[in-house]
Amino acid sequence: MFPAPIERQSKPAQWLYKVALPISLILWLLPLIAVAVTSVRSGGDITSGNYWGWPTSFNLLENYTAVFQDTPLAKYIWNSFRVTIPTVIGAVALSTMTGFALAVYKFKGNLFIFFLFIAGNFVPFQILMVPVRDLTVGIGLYNTSAGLAVFHIAFQTGFCTLFMRNFIRALPHELIEVARVEGVTEIQIFWYVVLPLMKPAMAALSVLVFTFIWNDYFWATVLTQGSDVQPITAALKSLNGQWISRWHLVSAGAIVAALPPVAMFFLMQKHFIAGLTLGAVK
Amino acid sequence: MFKGKINQRKVAPFLFLAPGVLLFLTYVVFPVFQSMNISLYDWDGLGEKTFIGFANYVELWDDEAFWTSFKNNIIWLVLYMLAVPMGLFVALFLNQTVFGIRLVKSLFFFPFVISQVVVGLVFGWFYDPSFGLLSLILESVGLDPIPVLSDERYVTYGIIVAGLWPQTAYCMILFLTGLNAVDPEQIEAGRLDNAKGWKMLWYVVLPQLKPATFIAVVVTVIGALRSFDLVAIMTQGGPWGSSRVLAYYMYEKAFSEYGFRMGYGAAIAVVLFLIMMIYITGFLTKMYRDERGL
Repeated sequence: MFPAPIERQSKPAQWLYKVALPISLILWLLPLIAVAVTSVRSGGDITSGNYWGWPTSFNLLENYTAVFQDTPLAKYIWNSFRVTIPTVIGAVALSTMTGFALAVYKFKGNLFIFFLFIAGNFVPFQILMVPVRDLTVGIGLYNTSAGLAVFHIAFQTGFCTLFMRNFIRALPHELIEVARVEGVTEIQIFWYVVLPLMKPAMAALSVLVFTFIWNDYFWATVLTQGSDVQPITAALKSLNGQWISRWHLVSAGAIVAALPPVAMFFLMQKHFIAGLTLGAVK
Repeated sequence: MFKGKINQRKVAPFLFLAPGVLLFLTYVVFPVFQSMNISLYDWDGLGEKTFIGFANYVELWDDEAFWTSFKNNIIWLVLYMLAVPMGLFVALFLNQTVFGIRLVKSLFFFPFVISQVVVGLVFGWFYDPSFGLLSLILESVGLDPIPVLSDERYVTYGIIVAGLWPQTAYCMILFLTGLNAVDPEQIEAGRLDNAKGWKMLWYVVLPQLKPATFIAVVVTVIGALRSFDLVAIMTQGGPWGSSRVLAYYMYEKAFSEYGFRMGYGAAIAVVLFLIMMIYITGFLTKMYRDERGL
């Protein structure tokens, strides 16, 4: 193990490490702690500019009730789910199929198609912006959750295919050969032989795609407008009052908005990290 | 019967590929070429398109705002790379087995899980000249507050610092995974040879972290060139466009109140795409070699 385990060091060094750890964690998370504390501040603190000091009062219930009652936060959160969930299902479903095709079959153009998916995945969003917006307007899906989700499904399929293809490649190929000898059709091989083994990959991609799409800001601003459809990321700033600062409410909104991906991450941490660190270990 | 099976194996991959490939072509591949095409036109997004050849690119050449954005993109690329060594440093710091370390690692990763919109908002408060933490700190040591986000000299650096926070967390998780897989025998062998600290890191550990480093560099480059959210949230490109990056300038030209110049915006996007293409080509070449090497 590198660095050497701290247990092998001298007692003072161990002490120092154990003190440094929580301090560095607090410093590292200070920006988040600031949001959390601001979300329970009173409106008076905000007006008087008390953002970093001790709150004059703790308005946990008031603020979180107010942000749901006085702003369309619940609607925005719901909008986020309406885009994120279909995208997760769509991208994972499509990429199990593309990944399967690219991993199992030898045919001309296999590597080309695979590389196309990878390259597309790296493209800067802005070069897609004008045509995708036109297309979305053209098929009548501008400012709908469906329009946003369809684009996300298409784009995420690139990354998901890369992941799925490499995952299936690492499975023992004999499984498929044996099934073929038994006279099983290709669709049955996909459904009964390969798919059950892909559960960990599907879990990893689901949490990753969920987080990516939930946190998307750019496409939400390009393809939607107004509180009927806009997801929470695009709308967060609008929770602030037009004339008076309501940063305590914005903070409460930010905390609520962060909960789904954070919960996802904690519940499925192993899968999340496995997906994110794909290729980081040979 | 036998022939039917062979044919099935020929047709099956295309049936499995069809839905994904069609959607990907429609929404990702074709739009790249459409944008290249649009960049040769003068177009407000609604009326007639007028073909003007490379006039948009010629105009870019003399557009000061374009060069400011371009320069900022370079600054982003260079400084964002700090996330890689910083991530390695944090990973080395946390690669222990003391009580509660798993939770600490998860919490260190938090900045990457939350939205950049939130990151931008908090760092906006942090920099605020009247109530921000930065100015409070500066005042406490007797210095004047620095309005980071409204000063042309500092604004881009201020935003990059905000971006480094989640990006370092991302690199950290890559290196933690990499460190986990480092061969313990080689470490012990190094210890017997009296390799310690930096020497051990440089000659024994880092070579084994090569795959993790590669991924960290790739995702950091992409992150730097995609920088849009933070600029949009923290400064909207200001003051006076001094914190714009190509991604943001393009958006501004094409969609914002400054007018709907689709062709000009597309030309900016093409330039950004070409910069990215350098990296995409490099990445694919490496992948191609790995594939052949299997």
